[in-house]
Amino acid sequence: MSARRHPGPLRQIGIILEKDLLIEWRARSRAFAMVCFAVTVLLLFSFAVGPDTETLRAHAGAYLWLAVLLSSTLLLAQSFQVEVEAGALEGLVLTPVEPSALFLGKALSNTLQLIVLALAITPAMLALFDGSFTEPIGWFVAVVVLGCAGVSAPGTLYAGLTARLNTRQLLLPLLLFPLLVPCLLAAVKATALLLAGDPMDQMTSWLKLLLAFDVLYWSVCAALFPRVVDV
Amino acid sequence: MRWEHGLLALGLVLLAIAHYMGLFVAPEEAMMREAGRILYAHVPTAWVALVTLTLSFFAAVGALWSGSYRWDAAVESTAETGVVLTALLLFQGSMWARPTWGVYWDWDPRLTTSAILLVLFVGVLVVRKVVEDPERRLTVTAIAAIIAYVDVPVVYFGVKWWKSLHQTQSSPETVASTMVLPLRMAAFGMLFIAVSICVMRWRAIYAGLTAEARAPDLPELPVELTLREKEA
Repeated sequence: MSARRHPGPLRQIGIILEKDLLIEWRARSRAFAMVCFAVTVLLLFSFAVGPDTETLRAHAGAYLWLAVLLSSTLLLAQSFQVEVEAGALEGLVLTPVEPSALFLGKALSNTLQLIVLALAITPAMLALFDGSFTEPIGWFVAVVVLGCAGVSAPGTLYAGLTARLNTRQLLLPLLLFPLLVPCLLAAVKATALLLAGDPMDQMTSWLKLLLAFDVLYWSVCAALFPRVVDV
Repeated sequence: MRWEHGLLALGLVLLAIAHYMGLFVAPEEAMMREAGRILYAHVPTAWVALVTLTLSFFAAVGALWSGSYRWDAAVESTAETGVVLTALLLFQGSMWARPTWGVYWDWDPRLTTSAILLVLFVGVLVVRKVVEDPERRLTVTAIAAIIAYVDVPVVYFGVKWWKSLHQTQSSPETVASTMVLPLRMAAFGMLFIAVSICVMRWRAIYAGLTAEARAPDLPELPVELTLREKEA
């Protein structure tokens, strides 16, 4: 009988990521509905603000990130809902996967989904608010990646924390939104600079703030997550 | 009478003397005139609010590390006191800002950070109220308090880059000596009051947690009993 080799930490993260993405791929109509919801939010902002193109263009970055943020609570709650429903989380904890690898896999999967969502609604944002990028598009992708990673790390932890509570729909945004203020601020400012031009080179400061937020929360949340699945 | 009652009385006396001196003895502030006298209430509130929320963070680390309900009760009592003080701080700040800045609210780093801190710790207290299982409640509260506290410096720097209007901190060298004494007395008065309230609340919360742990489980439903009887 040959003993099967225990997968290393990176392989464990990969397995969890693959599992989560596979679940989302099989229920891809849900992802499509999420994109539709985010576009609806963008439309609502234009109706709430009025048809003034100048104002809409000036705040296009803010509307984009608020749409991502509002959709993220649905996406994050969903990522744990599938685990809690049939007691899958208990099964997952019993497998020889490190809890921190479980967190990193799930948070990576949520980050990737948020990135896809943000990039999917960007053309709608540009069209609705008459925006165009004045800086290379690569910078925008960097802002989206760092911003979505910032939403996803504390979001995954809190989604896990509130998954078994009856009031999770209320508690997740209540706990998460105030926490994300620095991340939202930096992502919105960076996106606005990419749309309006950045003659003073302020972009790097906001990117650094995003990066600091990401490093802080990915490490703190990975350290605390084992206690979330413990009980 | 317990020691915290004595501390509370001492704090109230100190605060009363400090405010008498601040209102009637100390000179008027050079720029803000009479409105500047709120300094003796506002600055100590800010210091003590931050101290209690810092204590809450350390209590949360202790609760998570030890799993003890003593630490768990400490997280709740310090977070509660910190929330009340932060709310008071924002109220005092807007009372002062209206005659000085001309507005009740401004998006200044310290103001915005305090408001976010208040919302974050209200969230911690709310989540604590909805979790029924004591062990899970301990974990959830401790994690939420740690995450909330860690956010404070990041929020501060983020908003500082965004906009700044609040004056920089004064030090004893830049403040007239007649203003330093009432300010120090008010700070110690507030600290004593906050500590005594934290201890009183800690006793009440810990007693509640102990009673909850001792309470017998509810008996099984009578319907199930009759079903079993039928089977027998």
